[in-house]
Amino acid sequence: MEYDLNINGEQRRVDVDGDTPLLWVIRDVLGMYGTKYGCGIAQCGACTVHIDGEAARSCQTLVESVGSSAIMTIEAIHTTTNGRKIQKAWQDLDVVQCGYCQSGQIMSAAALLSETPIPTDADIDNAMSGNICRCGTYVRIREAIRHAATLDGNAKQGG
Amino acid sequence: MYMKGTSSKSSPVDTRLSRRSFLFAGAAAGGGLLISINASMFRADRAAAADAQVTTFAPGAFIRIDKAGNVTAIIPQVEIGQGVYTSMPMLLAEELEVEPNQIRVEQAPPDDKLYANPKLGFQATGGSTSIAAFYEPFRHAGAVARTMLVAAAAETWGVDASGCRAENGTVIHDASSQRLTYGDLSAKAATLQMPDKVALKDPKDFKVIGRSLKRRDSVDKTTGRAQYSIDFMLPDLKVAVPQASPIIGGKLVGMDEKAALAVSGVRRVVRFDDTVAVIADHTGAARKGLAALNPQWEGGALTYSTANLVSDLDKAAAGEAVVATNEGDVKNAASVAATTLEARYESPLLAHGTMEPMVCSVRITADGCDVWVGTQVIARVQSAVAEATGLPVEKVRVHNFLMGGAFGRRLETDYAVQAAMIAKQVDFPVKVIWTREEDFQHDVFRPYYVDKLSAGLDENGMPTAFSHRVAGSSVMARWTPAWFVNGLDPDAVDGAAGPYKFDNPLIEYSRSEPPAGLTTGWWRGVGVTHNSFPVESFIDEMAVSTGKDPVEFRRVLLAQSPRAKAVLDLAAEKAGWGTPMPAGKGRGVSVIVLFGTHVAQVAEVSVDPQGDVRLERVICAVDCGLVVNPDGAKAQIEGGIIFGASAALYNAIEIESGRIVQTNFDTYRVMRIDEAPKIEVFFVESDQPPTGTGELGTAAIAAAIANAVFAATSKRLRRLPVGLDVTAK
Ligand code: FES
Ligand code: FES
Repeated sequence: MEYDLNINGEQRRVDVDGDTPLLWVIRDVLGMYGTKYGCGIAQCGACTVHIDGEAARSCQTLVESVGSSAIMTIEAIHTTTNGRKIQKAWQDLDVVQCGYCQSGQIMSAAALLSETPIPTDADIDNAMSGNICRCGTYVRIREAIRHAATLDGNAKQGG
Repeated sequence: MYMKGTSSKSSPVDTRLSRRSFLFAGAAAGGGLLISINASMFRADRAAAADAQVTTFAPGAFIRIDKAGNVTAIIPQVEIGQGVYTSMPMLLAEELEVEPNQIRVEQAPPDDKLYANPKLGFQATGGSTSIAAFYEPFRHAGAVARTMLVAAAAETWGVDASGCRAENGTVIHDASSQRLTYGDLSAKAATLQMPDKVALKDPKDFKVIGRSLKRRDSVDKTTGRAQYSIDFMLPDLKVAVPQASPIIGGKLVGMDEKAALAVSGVRRVVRFDDTVAVIADHTGAARKGLAALNPQWEGGALTYSTANLVSDLDKAAAGEAVVATNEGDVKNAASVAATTLEARYESPLLAHGTMEPMVCSVRITADGCDVWVGTQVIARVQSAVAEATGLPVEKVRVHNFLMGGAFGRRLETDYAVQAAMIAKQVDFPVKVIWTREEDFQHDVFRPYYVDKLSAGLDENGMPTAFSHRVAGSSVMARWTPAWFVNGLDPDAVDGAAGPYKFDNPLIEYSRSEPPAGLTTGWWRGVGVTHNSFPVESFIDEMAVSTGKDPVEFRRVLLAQSPRAKAVLDLAAEKAGWGTPMPAGKGRGVSVIVLFGTHVAQVAEVSVDPQGDVRLERVICAVDCGLVVNPDGAKAQIEGGIIFGASAALYNAIEIESGRIVQTNFDTYRVMRIDEAPKIEVFFVESDQPPTGTGELGTAAIAAAIANAVFAATSKRLRRLPVGLDVTAK
């Protein structure tokens, strides 16, 4: 079955079963590997993308349910002000370790900033508790989100 | 993983290479200077240099400097998140006199001889060894290169080398104001005799080591560009999703192959005795195909459950034991003691739960075999795949990737061997991706341990006898049989007396193995992670049995161990030890020594009326010698504490009727950000050679938490995870 997806500002046509999770469409069919698989059951957040600006778990989002909604992945998050702030903050504080969970962390954090420009610790806990990091970078994630909230939106993200 | 101490005499490889034989210098292919680590490689490089067509080098070097002045560090250790691609080049940069960010990083290829970890004797990233093992060899390599470059400049100018100095990739002769870059000098340097001796810097002159350097991989890992093994792709590659028997030792007896093949995108079903895999155009189709296949399993350890495992361990603990340490006369000392104490502790099976599940891609052609994988043991993967495919080792090419966590899981080769077996059945490259469920059910688990401890205390409440019998399966007997001698697993008893020198200690080990199909392996912090829980809890039991303060009690015990005592004092001071805590809250302490690093932790917990334990704050004092990259080391400790706390509070793998009960993050609960404690890390200033940090935070935390729960509730936890026991009557 063919689906027209609006992803990272582009129209892309894919031919897959309608019940295919968006995660595998993004990765294996469209060849964008920044979005990660961690659990497949909406428990870990590694697969987090934005759908119409909101954080969504792509492993539990069936491709047939997306319709014309705008999908954004880690590959395009730098095109948003909040995405740039989060990436810059992550780099300033050297948050990453193995890095595998971090695409998902960054997508969740960017969505949080869009909704709550100056999040409290409780806001951070709420928005980020769906994202597991087995390397245990939570202390720095917390700090980095607070730091990102203070950054200039035009900040250039490194790299 | 376990690191060989000086006391073990059974190393399979002689690691006592003299420094002189360790480093070799010579010409690099295409000109330039190459500092090799091994004589045979040096010859290989010479041969390559003779061939003008060759632009890349045979492996075997630490540093390569080309004619353009580019400096490349070839890193034998793999990047698993611990930051070796950032910290190891710092060691070279320090002595070579270049800025660390000017050094390019290249992953060394598999070779157990050329790239052996000096602490282990073979090529492996584990045991918190990377910095400790390569601190000297890398600095030596840098110093040798610098010395030869300076000599080349001196010869060019006809001046004495002593009047020249190296600075920022350049050699300078101050008297004549002449300067040449390393690029200008590398070809000439390569023709010179390697110096017999080089002077290494005094640590007080370090300019690079000791600086907090930003990670090299930070940008790639925050933009989605970092490539892990799961991201590998080739145009004709297909994806395989395997399922091995969910019953320990079970066999495949049925499946609906037709239904699987009917799923669009599914290409093949590949079956083995105890494993099946569905191969498809993409992972989504392969997963759907596997569900449709609905494989059926029979046989295996159907009557086996955690209770059997525990009773086997108890039987072993009550039976014969191998003596690891026996000094003085523990029996007599205990019989004359004023009081005696006894306790039995239990630590569960644990999964690794790396964020990236096991993945390996393999392509087998007439020309050999390519393996794309994330592994802590590149050379082991190479030989294991060679064996599985029947190919000669040199026909197996292993391409290593960044890893989404390792924690000891990727010291195993099972997933690479499985991928090779699947690839053998097809004529296209195949990427084998484990589901999370597969990853949990077929992990190589941290062993279950039963620990029996006893102590005799004198009239002052101080121990005069100490015995500890460890019962558990042996990782070493399987993983490094040469280190398993006379039935003793040195890792299982590592830290079995804690950091203390007891009078009349008796340490013993009883081995008991689970049924075939349930494999145990290395897990972050290894022997000490397990032993520190019973030992440091039992130390608390001794202290409180005579009304002593747990920190004071340890200070007396550690009177002869200044480094351990210093971290204890530092942690206690920073934690405000002794200041009152509100009701329902408590502080607990633990001290460990692991891989030469000394760590003391104070944990603060609160326990609500339902018995839910919350870890609120952890204060960690660390003496790991000289700290090469302080911010990186701090990140390792922070992450290690979260990893260990997650296990201590929540984690246990259980078996029911031959099946693993926990199959995903819904049933294997891991720590999340809203549960993460505040963490404060303090390093003791030191100019001692650096020791590890990667596993240290993990190894100390369980006992600190359990002791804090005791302080808050007067409930002594003798079984992990905490949640199992804290609400028990
Ligand atoms: S992979 Fe989607 S939440 Fe874990
Ligand atoms: S950085 Fe490794 S899982 Fe988060």
